[in-house]
Amino acid sequence: MIEISHIIPHIFIFLALYFQIFLLVTFFENKEKLKKETFIGLADYPSVAIIVPCWNEGKTVAGTMRSLLELEYPKEKLSIIAVDDGSTDETFEVMRTFAHHPHVTIFKKTNGGKHTAVNLGIEHTNAEIIGCLDADSFVAPDALLEIVKLFTDKTIMAVTPAVKVYKPQTVLELLQRAEYNMGIFLRKMFGIMDAIQVTPGPFSFFRKKVFDELGEFREAHNTEDMEFALRMQSKHYKIGNAHTAHVYTVAPNTFRGLHKQRVRWVYGFLKNVSDYRFMLLNKDYGHLGALTLPFAIISIFSAIYMFLFVVVRVASMISEQLAKINAVGFHIGNIEFNWFYANTKSLVILSVIGLGITFFILLQGKKLSEGTGKFSRDIFYFLLLYGFIAPIWLSRAVYNVITSKKSSWR
Amino acid sequence: MYFEGYRKYILVFIITTTIFVIAFSISNYSNQKRVENIESIEDKIALDLLSSEVQFNLFKEFSCKGANNPILSGELNSIAEKLSYAEENLGITNPEVVRLKKYYSILEIKDYLLMQQISQKCKEKQLFILYFYSNDGDCKDCKRQGYVLTDLREEFPELRVYSFDYNLDFSLMETVRTFFDIKDDLPAMIIGEETHYGFKGTEDIEKLIPELIAIRSERKKAQETATETATTTERKKYIPARQADGVIH
Repeated sequence: MIEISHIIPHIFIFLALYFQIFLLVTFFENKEKLKKETFIGLADYPSVAIIVPCWNEGKTVAGTMRSLLELEYPKEKLSIIAVDDGSTDETFEVMRTFAHHPHVTIFKKTNGGKHTAVNLGIEHTNAEIIGCLDADSFVAPDALLEIVKLFTDKTIMAVTPAVKVYKPQTVLELLQRAEYNMGIFLRKMFGIMDAIQVTPGPFSFFRKKVFDELGEFREAHNTEDMEFALRMQSKHYKIGNAHTAHVYTVAPNTFRGLHKQRVRWVYGFLKNVSDYRFMLLNKDYGHLGALTLPFAIISIFSAIYMFLFVVVRVASMISEQLAKINAVGFHIGNIEFNWFYANTKSLVILSVIGLGITFFILLQGKKLSEGTGKFSRDIFYFLLLYGFIAPIWLSRAVYNVITSKKSSWR
Repeated sequence: MYFEGYRKYILVFIITTTIFVIAFSISNYSNQKRVENIESIEDKIALDLLSSEVQFNLFKEFSCKGANNPILSGELNSIAEKLSYAEENLGITNPEVVRLKKYYSILEIKDYLLMQQISQKCKEKQLFILYFYSNDGDCKDCKRQGYVLTDLREEFPELRVYSFDYNLDFSLMETVRTFFDIKDDLPAMIIGEETHYGFKGTEDIEKLIPELIAIRSERKKAQETATETATTTERKKYIPARQADGVIH
């Protein structure tokens, strides 16, 4: 029999397992498609423009520009548009050092937000494919070719890359590496299911006609990449994923920085989903409306609930131990394993299964990202810490949504 | 094979439900095994008790040698812990748990009565506590009292602690409550001839049963002697051969 207090966690675990198994079934159905094919070239290379919106990114923008200049792509077909969105540091001066490259164009404008900088770039290009790269990100030389390959399918209107963490060192960065690798797996599965809900700032590409027909980027609660993906999905524009197009982004290395970034993401997600709520559980929007969007919302609330559930349980165990110490003093008795006392509650068994599937997904994500699916310390840190730190920003974002407190960029 | 549209949703639902059914089955199976484990210990205690009773009644010449050395104390302790765990996991209202607790209460009373008889015959004082608790949420000190008694039981296997759920809906419990005249001011303990109400710490109980202090100091003394003997033997072992032979240079 399940205790009444355990019914809600059982429901959440059922939904989480359902979602995980859906992904696994999709994965095994499409396993063959995940192998990297040898690139034999394209008959016709489309013209590509890459917009680099910058705001106070003097320390990283040079690296970003250099990585773009090293892209393996016919130079006559490639243009790089760097837009300084009213930086107050040396960003513009650094950008100007690249001005001598014939296919680099530089703009400076007053600060108006990332979406305004990207829109300025869109307005100044006639390229067939338009992409964007945040000025704290770097690309692998073959990333653009891997992206453009997918555009040979005329039904594909946008392509997202595989975003990885740039040179992770600290525990927090390594934890994010595992998370980003898992994101590569998830985005690939969502791509297969035609259910991608975000076209990330680092290196997502669009056909020009998408902007012509749907308009430019909007402020969209500081998460313009989520809003644009939802706008595309709402008009049935297909978004693909090139998991072999590797982009590296600088991940926050302090909890404060990470917290701020994630609050903005989750807040933006909830607000944008609210704006596009007509897609939820609407069969016209396929797996996106039926599965990925509803489950993304559920996962936020279930993570908060499960976190509180565990915290209450742990607090009650600690208080019991303290009461025991208070009553009889502290001494360690004989510790021996007795199967009788093994925790075999259904909730524990199901959590272990869920954790096992998460572990499998983490390994598969790593395999897609790094070519090897071996266990490493980033996965260990993720499994150990993520469940405890993520609910902190999830709760804050939910609080901000409820109180209508807008999340800022920085 | 590709599972299109709703068929994939149904397939995934079937897989998830199957996993849930398996998890619940494993959980129920292990709980059943726990109940069986407690049952088997209770059966063993019942058999041992019956055997002691028959022995006592048949010969009337029950050997007092070793009577003070509890036969069942260990099992009673282990079953108390296991029952408490089963209560926490299966719930205090679980019919299996209630049945096991009733059976356990009968065994405790039988053991208590037998010990009383042995005590009279052998003229030896038995160390025991009859402990009445409630886990209905109306006794805030019962958990603490339980910790103290478990700790004492672990330190002194000679001490028999008979614990009874005051609110157990059982005719025997009603008789016990009336017989010992226990009020519902819990926790309550019968130590010797007296009934004590309210939380009693380790020191309080040791004051009420001074034999425990004596046992502890005897044990300490024995331990010291054993350590001394071991040290002497160890030292002798490392004396150079000539010295050991009594030849000192």
